[in-house]
Amino acid sequence: MATPAAKIRFREPQIEMAHGAGGKASRRLVEGLFAPLLFGASPGPLGDAAHIQINGTRIAMTTDSFVVKPLRFPGGSIGELAINGTVNDLAVSGARAEAIVVTFVLEAGLPTEILEAEVRAMGEAAEKAGVRIAGGDTKVVEHGAADKMYISTTGIGRLLTGVEISPQSVQRGDKVLLSGPIGDHGITILLARGDLDLEAELRSDTRSVFPLVDKLVQGVGAGVRWMRDPTRGGVATSLNELARDCGHGIVLFEEKIPMRDSVRGACELLGLDPLHIANEGQFLAIVSAEHAERALAALRATPGGEEAAMIGEVREQPASCVLVTTLYGGSRIVDMLVGDPLPRIC
Amino acid sequence: MCLAIPGKIVELDAENANLALVDVVGVRRKVDLGLLQDNPPVPGDWVLIHVGFAMSKISEADAADQMRTLTMLGETAAAMEEVRGYGLGEDPPEDYGKGWKQ
Amino acid sequence: MKYVDEFRSPELISRAGEEIRRLADPKRHYRIMEVCGGHTHAIYRFGLKDLLPENVELIHGPGCPVCVLPMGRIDDGLALAAEPNFIFAAFGDMMRVPGTHGSPLEYKARGMDVRIVYSPADALKLARNNPEKHVMFFAIGFETTAPSTALTLVRAKAEGLRNFSVFCNHVTIIPAIRAILDSPDMRLDGFVGPGHVSTVIGCRPYDWIAKDEGKPVVVSGFEPLDILQSIVMLLRQLRNGEAKVENQYKRVVPWEGNSAALRAMAEVFELRPYFEWRGLGFISQSALKVRASYAEWDSEQRFTVPGVRVTDPKAAQCGEVLKGVLKPAQCKLFGRECTPEQPVGALMVSSEGSCAAYFNYEHRKPVTIASSMAL
Repeated sequence: MATPAAKIRFREPQIEMAHGAGGKASRRLVEGLFAPLLFGASPGPLGDAAHIQINGTRIAMTTDSFVVKPLRFPGGSIGELAINGTVNDLAVSGARAEAIVVTFVLEAGLPTEILEAEVRAMGEAAEKAGVRIAGGDTKVVEHGAADKMYISTTGIGRLLTGVEISPQSVQRGDKVLLSGPIGDHGITILLARGDLDLEAELRSDTRSVFPLVDKLVQGVGAGVRWMRDPTRGGVATSLNELARDCGHGIVLFEEKIPMRDSVRGACELLGLDPLHIANEGQFLAIVSAEHAERALAALRATPGGEEAAMIGEVREQPASCVLVTTLYGGSRIVDMLVGDPLPRIC
Repeated sequence: MCLAIPGKIVELDAENANLALVDVVGVRRKVDLGLLQDNPPVPGDWVLIHVGFAMSKISEADAADQMRTLTMLGETAAAMEEVRGYGLGEDPPEDYGKGWKQ
Repeated sequence: MKYVDEFRSPELISRAGEEIRRLADPKRHYRIMEVCGGHTHAIYRFGLKDLLPENVELIHGPGCPVCVLPMGRIDDGLALAAEPNFIFAAFGDMMRVPGTHGSPLEYKARGMDVRIVYSPADALKLARNNPEKHVMFFAIGFETTAPSTALTLVRAKAEGLRNFSVFCNHVTIIPAIRAILDSPDMRLDGFVGPGHVSTVIGCRPYDWIAKDEGKPVVVSGFEPLDILQSIVMLLRQLRNGEAKVENQYKRVVPWEGNSAALRAMAEVFELRPYFEWRGLGFISQSALKVRASYAEWDSEQRFTVPGVRVTDPKAAQCGEVLKGVLKPAQCKLFGRECTPEQPVGALMVSSEGSCAAYFNYEHRKPVTIASSMAL
């Protein structure tokens, strides 16, 4: 049981923006403060969703909050992110989302039409994803405090049969699969903020990945060892978390990583690493070697999975790290993000 | 100081002669041409962009030239290997590479 | 991407690597310095060291404008912008650089209006759009970036836009190279020259390195093939006992430089008598300040700068790493007290700082990587 009397390992005097960015600082906060006080003596690796046993039935449960500026962007809005994000967290833990409850924290002065637009978007996203919005809560805070609107969601879901997601089950020789091109969401948001004066025909990739996960699990079942949706911090952060949890090395083949030209162009212009850019409609799967080809074929045959690719494999070295290799034999370690990706000129 | 990317001039700004819309594989930005005012680029030209300013025009001829040189690197080495295999000489001649456009 | 992808061709990169191995005399140990931080970053990003033979060693030079900026200047800039109606605008590179009381991003979290800009022109635009605020642009960079700041000041003056000023920390590359060559611990065989700085200053400013110091210089582009070809050209010169300046980056670098850019710089800037470089000490005639004719747009002439001098912790060996005397991993603080997350020195914060590059991309690589050259 959790012991509030436990000591915390988090040494920093105050909370900074970096602690919410999904990278190393976030991990320090969760592992160093929340885990000892809330999750018991040995919480184990922290996944996207919790699997809870109630009277013999196992359900999956997850929670998330959504803070995005601007609220609306090409391809979606905060409302869709909220629904799809939660559906996806459940999906990559091996569960079908059944119901979501929503909390709105609204800034006083928020025009009603903005709220209406987001709630409509959520309704449509929920219907599309086949998930029920079962209830919610609303709070209003003073003007200046909520960037117009924060949304928090909690979702529960039914575990899919035949699949058991766990970093410990990841083995040397397993393959890394990616459902589609990376970077669309993060770059769209960066451009939509308008500070950089860049334009591109890019949209957020926000969508439910459940149909793809479902097909993958149906096709390959126990061959799926681990899944994650690479949101904040990108593919690099998700795979680094896995590498640390399982202790193996993950080697990625740079030429195999799918990416749209304009994402690539924006990253080159701004000096950003696409592996650190957030995605809201993709997922990573570690699949056993003997099932990998079939898994990839299953994804590619499913609408929305046409660009799925096998981007790497699990090896012994470099232990607990992610290494990106090139066709000509060069390589570099890619680490978790510290804070948010920042454009650079040098 | 060093991040600079090639981009293609799409169109000059109608209101400001110093500005042009530049395209980098589908990403577009207005770029200041003021540093190239002695030899201003026109739509279709490629320029090197750094912090929103065009620094230099990119020479297609020089780029092609460089690719030729780089392609020859391996081929000449392969030819040399073959020649060495005939026992006709241990080292490349003294003037190897001299006179090559580099 | 045109003019990018062809210079990343795996096959040609392999060939260039083979040519380097063929040219490198096994009886020699080559020490080649890449001056520019952008080259340092590219070398690590593309994993180019994996392609070089053991006896060709790349030494990282001081061409990282964030790395050489003394902490006192960051404190000064943040102090100037602490007024309620100020906007502090800077490139992303500056945002996590620690000042004594925090980095610009940390100041932002505490309520200062801090904006990331991609271009000095964007900072000027901020001033246009926020007439009731004063926009202070924290300018950094070598000669690659200085002309753009200069031209922005020309535009600001022409527009009569008074709510804009530049806190100028532009530095020049030649004095830095001189400081390297003057350093008694340094033994170098040649230089990979800064390609983008050279689009502005041309190739002539490096003549003395070849003529007086007897070291070859090859002005290089930033794609893998550019850097490898430059090493090929250096090795050829060294094999032939030559020392001259060559331009590998011909498609972009004019031998005489960019006269319009140089004119803009001359119009707006003049050399400071001396300037403190972090890790290198005071160097005369090595940095730019805004001329009196543009005083209105110079944060230092318009406002009172605290003039803080902050000495780096003695244990930090930034200077030696900057000069290439020490490798990042040889600094006592590397990876322990000093990491990208809690950087002690700027070489760990800047994306092109050799410590950050080495830490992020390299130091956990397994010692032997089976690199497959067969394609």
